[in-house]
Amino acid sequence: MSLNPLLLSRLQFGWVIGWHILLPAFTVGIASYIALLEALHLATGRGVYFRISAFWTKIFAIAFGMGVVTGVVMPFQFGTNWSRYSYATANVLSPLFAYEGLMAFFLEAAFLGVLLFGRHLVPRWAHCFAACMVAVGTLFSSFWILAANSWMQTPAGAKLVDGRFVPTNWLEIVFTPSFPFRLFHTVVGFYITTGFVVMSVAAGYLLRERFVEEARRMLSMTLWLLLCFLPVQILLGDASGLITEQYQPAKLAAIEAHWHTQSRAPLTLLAIPDQQHAVNRDAIEIPLLGSLLLTHDPNGTLVGLDQFPRSDWPPVLPVFFSFRIMVGIGFLMLAIVAAGNVLRRGERVFVNRMYLRVFQWSAPLGFIAVLAGWVTTEVGRQPWTVYGLLRTADSVTPSLTGWNVALSLAGYALTYLIMYPSGLWVMARVVRRGPLDVDEHAPIEGAQPRSPTRPVPETPGQPA
Amino acid sequence: MNPAFDFVPVWTLILGAAVFFYVLLDGFDLGIGILHRFAADERSRAVMVASVAPVWDGNETWLVFGALALLGAFPLAYAIIIPAVYFPVAIMLLSLIFRGVAFEFRYHDTPYRRFWDRAFEAGSLIATFAQGIVLGAFIQGFQTDGHTFTGSSLDCFTPFSIVTGAFLVFGYALLGAGWLVLKTEGALHAWARECGRFALVGVCVGLLVVSIWTPLTQADVAQRWFTWPNFGELLPVPLVSAAIAGATWRALGRPGASFGPYAGAVGLFAMSYLGLAISLWPMIVPHHITLWQAAANPSTQAFLLVGTLFLLPIILMYSGWSYWVFRGKARPE
Repeated sequence: MSLNPLLLSRLQFGWVIGWHILLPAFTVGIASYIALLEALHLATGRGVYFRISAFWTKIFAIAFGMGVVTGVVMPFQFGTNWSRYSYATANVLSPLFAYEGLMAFFLEAAFLGVLLFGRHLVPRWAHCFAACMVAVGTLFSSFWILAANSWMQTPAGAKLVDGRFVPTNWLEIVFTPSFPFRLFHTVVGFYITTGFVVMSVAAGYLLRERFVEEARRMLSMTLWLLLCFLPVQILLGDASGLITEQYQPAKLAAIEAHWHTQSRAPLTLLAIPDQQHAVNRDAIEIPLLGSLLLTHDPNGTLVGLDQFPRSDWPPVLPVFFSFRIMVGIGFLMLAIVAAGNVLRRGERVFVNRMYLRVFQWSAPLGFIAVLAGWVTTEVGRQPWTVYGLLRTADSVTPSLTGWNVALSLAGYALTYLIMYPSGLWVMARVVRRGPLDVDEHAPIEGAQPRSPTRPVPETPGQPA
Repeated sequence: MNPAFDFVPVWTLILGAAVFFYVLLDGFDLGIGILHRFAADERSRAVMVASVAPVWDGNETWLVFGALALLGAFPLAYAIIIPAVYFPVAIMLLSLIFRGVAFEFRYHDTPYRRFWDRAFEAGSLIATFAQGIVLGAFIQGFQTDGHTFTGSSLDCFTPFSIVTGAFLVFGYALLGAGWLVLKTEGALHAWARECGRFALVGVCVGLLVVSIWTPLTQADVAQRWFTWPNFGELLPVPLVSAAIAGATWRALGRPGASFGPYAGAVGLFAMSYLGLAISLWPMIVPHHITLWQAAANPSTQAFLLVGTLFLLPIILMYSGWSYWVFRGKARPE
């Protein structure tokens, strides 16, 4: 049996980063949400904001802990499995990664303690400030990681000397062409993902008629926020597509499964792309719409994969489908949120059981869309790690054998398959206890936190 | 920016400091995990976890910073060393995942607290042992063609690296015991002193074995220590280490000295670290590649240095403040 260390290393990287990305997809959004709630509490003094904030802070702490340990794995992956990539790109990319560590970890670590344990040790405004700083920390983190990712997609500001990238302009390295839209598209995607989680939890409470005041506030606030975010996200996605068309035409051709360059191109809604024969089977197409969407002109010419050597083609099938899953979920979410806002009339949205069930079951939508978007952009980048300049096949650690990677991959697989369900189970326990009426002014004994997160007493008599 | 400026010494200092901070800080919370298995009762275990819960994640960020500083400042060394210790690194990361999530999970997931306690203990022990394997393999050196690691992923498992693995387990246990002496009272405090003495014996044996074994098998290390006048100039290193070991032993037995044991453990680690630096200088990949050969582009080192020099003091200030906030004796949940 021959095991391919390159393929297995790609699987391993996909596995560890795929699971890891689910945590920032939630923590980036929830950190900003907590900051918003703290600000509202500070401004209005209303206890409901405090209770919602304290509740989500507990869940945030669990997700953040999981994010830390799965995040520690990432910088070592570059060394263990992608040493030639590390050697080639370190001069350009390592400062971006290091600045993520220095800025984001600094802000998060510095203020997370105050956010979790310090509500009664510091003035109200300082606690709100800590919440804001944690949120800013998560955004810094997104900034630097996506800057590094964007440089790999649309490299700039460096030249290749003897197989290594040498920096020539740091501003160009950080602000590459695909970076601004990628940053906003990703962060807004994270916000939306979080919004659907919050709505799902709120709907669950309303269905059981528990914590009704908090649940109504959460649902109502989030519906307004999502009504703003979703249309913006669709526009940002469109803008990202145009950037891809300009800088990564082969990726765009794969997304649309365009094998041949053509003008007056149709939009392929669904098909089974056959990479070997370069055709689409069982295609459902809308005439002219492809050219119209991508060039904003029905006669526009779209570049097909035939313009590139086969060795430079990304795998079309996964990119084609993941993109359609992402876009499909995006419009589905828009429909759910739009309908929810319509149902605000007469407050039906808070009592319509069928509709609340839709909300409750829609929590995974954002996560699926984030993963699908990530597959689209990362698999679409293949066969390159640094687009057009460094091949994935030339990035892998040369000393690795297939069984080396198979063994480590099995370890990561097993560990994550234990850890993630456990984490979900632990968070579900916190959700079941709910945002209890914690006394805002109770002191903590001896200025000591009594546990990693503040304990919540079980209250008997609370309907389950 | 002056391209003639040599950034290598300052980056050597920063990297050295990052690794040392990591060992001092995560060392004691991993040590607590190792000792957790042997604690007398549930209350003691609760106090032990509570004594590190607010600080462990901050401690672990030094590991990330160390890895990124190595990648950023000395990418060639990163590209050779990390693949060479493929399995110890993977094992360490998986163990750190289990013991890291155990802090939150054991609290919320009461039906499975036993499981997460075991995960905390085994994770801490195995992560420490794996770091010791990395240390031993690093001292022995790696097979390289000057650009990549050319050996096998199993080369790092040698009798020597297994000894250093065991040494580090005793070392972190000593740091953990020192921390407990500082943070606890009563029976647990007395027990921590006993554990500390036990661990100290292991550390001294380990140090002795490594100090004899290394020059016996590596001619360049023997050359550095056992030729005149080096021998005379370097003689204080083992002498001071022995004095610190003696002082730590006494501090562990003297009820008044709360801070002594931890400080002694830190001193022993500092002296070992110094001895290692003397043996290997100026190599970053021992026997093969110097710090200067492995250095990143000056523009990269400069760009990274600006922010690091600005942010590192702030991080140190915060870390100190965080320890100040949670000062005093730890209490159970």
